[in-house]
Formats: sequence, C-alpha cells, structure tokens
Amino acid sequence: MSQEVEKYIKSEYEAGFVTDIDAETLPPGLNEDVVRFISNKKGEPEWLLEWRLKAFRIWQEMEEPQWAHVHYPEIDFQAISYFSAPKSMEDKPQSLDEVDPELLRTYEKLGIPLHEQAVLAGVANVAVDIIFDSVSVATTFREKLAESGVIFMPISEAVHKHPELIKKYLGSVVPQKDNYYSALNCAVFSDGSFVYIPKGVRCPMELSTYFRINEQNTGQFERTLIIADEGSHVSYLEGCTAPMRDENQLHAAVVELVVLDDAEIKYSTVQNWYPGDSEGKGGIYNFVTKRAVAHTNAKISWTQVETGSAITWKYPSVILKGDNAIGEFYSVALTNNYQQADTGTKMIHLGKNTKSTIISKGISAGKSQNAYRGLVRMNPSAQGARNFTQCDSLLIGDKCGAHTFPYIESKHPSAVIEHEATTSTVSDDQMFLCQQRGIDPEKAVSMIVNGFCKEVFKELPMEFAVEAGKLLEVSLEGSVG
Amino acid sequence: MLTIKNLQAKVEEKDILKGLSLDVKPGEIHAIMGPNGAGKSTLGNVLSGREGYTVTGGEVLFNGKNILELDAEERAREGLFLAFQYPVEIPGVSNLEFLKASMDAIRLHRGEEAMDSMTFLKLAREKCKAVNLDQNFLKRGVNEGFSGGEKKRNEILQMMMLEPKLCILDETDSGLDIDALQVVAEGVNSQRSPDRSFIIVTHYQRLLDYIVPDFVHVLADGKIVKSGGKELALELEEKGYSWIENGEA
Repeated sequence: MSQEVEKYIKSEYEAGFVTDIDAETLPPGLNEDVVRFISNKKGEPEWLLEWRLKAFRIWQEMEEPQWAHVHYPEIDFQAISYFSAPKSMEDKPQSLDEVDPELLRTYEKLGIPLHEQAVLAGVANVAVDIIFDSVSVATTFREKLAESGVIFMPISEAVHKHPELIKKYLGSVVPQKDNYYSALNCAVFSDGSFVYIPKGVRCPMELSTYFRINEQNTGQFERTLIIADEGSHVSYLEGCTAPMRDENQLHAAVVELVVLDDAEIKYSTVQNWYPGDSEGKGGIYNFVTKRAVAHTNAKISWTQVETGSAITWKYPSVILKGDNAIGEFYSVALTNNYQQADTGTKMIHLGKNTKSTIISKGISAGKSQNAYRGLVRMNPSAQGARNFTQCDSLLIGDKCGAHTFPYIESKHPSAVIEHEATTSTVSDDQMFLCQQRGIDPEKAVSMIVNGFCKEVFKELPMEFAVEAGKLLEVSLEGSVG
Repeated sequence: MLTIKNLQAKVEEKDILKGLSLDVKPGEIHAIMGPNGAGKSTLGNVLSGREGYTVTGGEVLFNGKNILELDAEERAREGLFLAFQYPVEIPGVSNLEFLKASMDAIRLHRGEEAMDSMTFLKLAREKCKAVNLDQNFLKRGVNEGFSGGEKKRNEILQMMMLEPKLCILDETDSGLDIDALQVVAEGVNSQRSPDRSFIIVTHYQRLLDYIVPDFVHVLADGKIVKSGGKELALELEEKGYSWIENGEA
C-alpha cells in the first residue's frame, strides 16, 4: 500500500489516560492472608470467606492452561496486587454527588453517562454500574429499577442485602474448580455487578457495567452474577478500558448467568482493554470465564466485540439444560499489531429440541494471531437438538494469522449440526474500487471490515453498534501499510 | 481536459504502454479499440492510479494538473471515473453506504457540504430507475450476488451519482446481452455534456452503435497506431485488427 497511507498510521488508544487519585492498594503478592484481607474489607460473612479459601486452595493445586493458541511469558502471580480502591471510596458515598469529582471526570472522559439527569433527557436509556479497579464506584437508576423489582447493585453489597440469592447462585454456573483463572477469581474477586430480574418482569432499561483498571501492577478480578427469574427479560451491556502501561496487567473475570424457565438474557460486551503498543509492549491479559445456564424455553444471547487486550482467552458458553432452550453467540474479534486472541464459545445441549447459533467473525491485521475455538456438544439426552455455526476469518496484510478449532461431539442420532467456515482477505481489488470512488484507504478498510461484521453488529443494542463500528475504525488504524 | 504525452508504463517488469499519446477535449467521446494484450485495460488502470502499474515515462495532464503525482483517491476526487470491466464485490457494505461515502469524499474535496440524507436517497432512487435496477439493490452489499449485467449497470449508477469530468469505461460491454448493453449505453448518453468527456475502451464495435464516438483510436502494442472518426470502428469490424497490426493500413 502507498506511503501516503503510512501517514495515517500512529493510532492513539483514546482510553489510555491515568486518573491521578489516592488509592489504597495492597502490596503485590498472593496468600491466604490476602484472601482474608479482601473478604474482611467487604465485611463478608464467614461462609463466603470459607468459599474463597476453598477456591484458593484449589487454585494452588491447579496448573495454568497451556492449550490456547497464545504465547506469553509466565505470569508471576506474586508480582500482582490483588486489591486497589480509591481512598475516597472508604466512607461509601451515598449518591453521585458525594463521589470524588476526579473519578466522575474519568467516566466523563470515557463518555459513560453517569448523571441520571442527562440520561433522562434522552441521551441514552441505560443504568450503569461502574467498577474502578477493585470497587464499584456508583450504580445509577437503582430507585427507578427497584420500582419494577429489579435489583441492580454491586455484588459486594448484594452479599449483605440478598444473601439468599448469592448463596444459592454464586458458583452455581462456574464452580470454584472449573478452571485455573475462575478458581483464582473465586478466591480474590473484589467486586462486580449483581442483577436480579423478578418473575415475569421485562427490565425497563438497559443495564450496563463499565470496568476500568487504573492502578499499576493491579489485577482486576470482577464477578458478575445475573439471575433472570421465570418469564423475565433483560438486556445487559459491559464495556472495559484501561490506561496505557508498559507492563502487562491481568484481568480474570467470571460472569455467571442463570436464566430460568421462559426467561431471556441478552448480554453484550464491547471489550476495549489496552491492547499494548504497536511493538507489542504492555496490554491487558484478558482471561475470562463466562457461562450461562438456560432452563426450559429460556434464551441466552451473547454478543461480543473484542478489540482490546494483548491476549484474549474467552469462551462465553451456554448450557442448554431445559427443553427448547436457545443459545446464541455472536462475536467479532479483531486483533492488530501483536495482539493474540483465542476466543469462541461452548454450546452444551442437554435438553430436547434445544437450538444454538454461533456466528463468529475474526479479523486479523498487523502481526496478530486470531483463533476461533468452539465446542458444540449434543448430549445423549439432546433429542432433536440443532446447531448452526458460521465462522468467518478476514485477513488484512500477510503477516497475521487466523485459526479455527471447532470441536463437535454428537451423542444423539437425531441432532443436527451444521458448520460453515470461510477465510478471506481485504483484496487489492476492493481497495482500489473504494479509492477509485474517492474513498481514502483507511476509511475503505474500516468500511470493508464493518461490512464483514454486519451480521454481528445488528445484534448489538443501537448505541453500542455505533460505538463498536467506531472502535473497529480506531483499532484498525495503521493496519493498512 | 486530458492530455497524454508519450506515456510509458510497465506491469511486473513488462513494458505494456510504449509511448501513448492522446488528447481529449471537453465533451468529446473517444473510443479505444484494439486486440487483446494491446494495453487497453492498462491505460485505464494507469490513468486512475492503480497500485502495481509503474509509469516509466511521459506525462498526463488532467485539467492542467499532473495527475501521475496523485494517489488514486485524489484522482477520483478530481473527477476521474473508471467503470470496471470486472466490478468486485464488497460483502456487507450496502450500495447506499458506499455511494454516500464516495459522494461525501468527492464533495468535501470540491469544498461542498455533504448532501443531506433525504436528498441523497431521493437522487439514488432516481438514478437506480434510470439504469433499470430495482431499488432493493441500494440496500444490498456492493455488487454482492449481482449478475454480470447488474454489476455493469451498478457502475453506471455510480457514474451518474458522482458526476465525474472524465469517464473511462473499461470494456463495459463485455459479457452484456443486448438489453443490458442498451441500458448502459442510454445511461452514458444521458450523461453526455459539453464539459464531460468519455474514453470508451472496447474490443468490439457493437457498443459504438449505441454510444457514437467522436474519435476512434486503435491501440496496438502499447501505442496508438491509427486514429479516425466513427467509421474507423466499422472498418475494423470488417477487416479485423490484423489489418492494422500487419502494417497494411
């Protein structure tokens, strides 16, 4: 591509600033005392401390998974700090007015709507929980949501206010021993969002959590638990950013969704953690476990747009437990420069006539490696189950890689599984057509890539779809050259 | 409008254009004919600035500007339009979105404001009708799943929307049935104006029955070897290109 284009290169990670704030941060290191410290800090009941300690002991016995198609130096878990909170949060502000203005400005700069006034004026119909390092800073619209019985609060608070729900569902979808990173999360999780939608209620607004890592050398281990009771419906969004730092930072989250009979959860993610610089220095290690259980006639839809992180290791999955349950996974994963992604889904069919759809769009640019890894399993009980998988890869340039690892296991003769896969490139002919019509090369690439992702973007809530499109454009900067 | 002087160009180390000269004045239609491999398509690609074509000599002035120094998109914004022989598909990018991005870029270059969406949509629908394409084509991906004829009509639609100063049609007639050929020709004829010029590259005479050129040039071995009026095309049709190539003319 022409040298002209190289002028456009140098992309800026817009969310890369640091908030200068007094924080209480634990010194690096991990042992039982750290687990006790976190639990004590949250004033947790004894059972939860025991639960954490059990997870910690399990974690110590486990080995880091090596099967993913990603490469990175060994992580020193003793060099990470497991808790950091702004000091101003110690006296637990009761409303937004009491929150440190410096914190609020951080979210203003990131374009997150926190002031209910502005939101009500029609900017967006979204309630937000914001997590800054290890604590929830604020949750908007709680009163309004409470009117319809919807509970939306930091999980650390739900432990106290709704212990029966926490006790019943925490770890019910992703148990402590599930995998290395989920075990670690169970031991040291600090905060996250908790949502409960009562029977038959359609949540009146979009719920959203915004995760921000700010402190240096700090890991973020958040935990999200969403319970959609029978016949209810909720759409939930999450966004993530972090400052630009030269060293890698660990983010190991767990998300559990419980979708009871006839209920529906639509869960959308726009992941824009700092991806590292163009030389591959720095960036977030995003090792996340997300799983949902769908009961009879329930529906779960995961939509993710993954553009950030140095390494992404993430497989939002659905256990289709009840008959007629539906699981969907729509994914756009974009890697540029030296980013690595190993992402996909697992659809475990247990119930009769369960259905799953997987649409995965992987885009690799620069020197990045992008892998789709997916499992479709039809258990012996899954009579009449169906799956459709479409897995498309788009390559930009000739130094990147795209890989597909589909695993298919069918144990019922009546199950139907379809798998389609394509690999294409942004061709010179397409680029020339755009340029010959006056469109500059950067815009052309982003248009072509957006077109490639269209099937997934149409699944996103509208405000997010626009943001996702813009994000792709920014993430692709410098990929033409 | 366009002055080409002694243009030489190569593709992958192979000399294709070997001293081509041509002068196109505003409002004129020039047909360029010639045997396969003469350099017909190369001419369109070189003029529009495609990567992989290296100019080794000569000059090209477009409205007084040396366009060889410009990137492809800048040449397009200056008003140079190439209708492709094989229009490529861009899946998922709607025709409408593509046209809007293109028009916005060109209008910005001209110092005009972007056209508002309603006016734009109305115009696009009107032009769609003019080239006999259903309006659904505007919503479909650029050339995605279009038949050969539909792709060519889509090229003409783009040309009508963008109102270029110079249109180069690269074997637009290839693969068209007679009905589609007429639609394309009508489209071109409707765009004829005293300040717009056309270069029509074609292998066959039949397109020129519908788009009547002011001049016909024969391109052979990278040079224009013979020029004449529209009757030259008929003569070529009758005698074949060997008549020129063998130096009998």
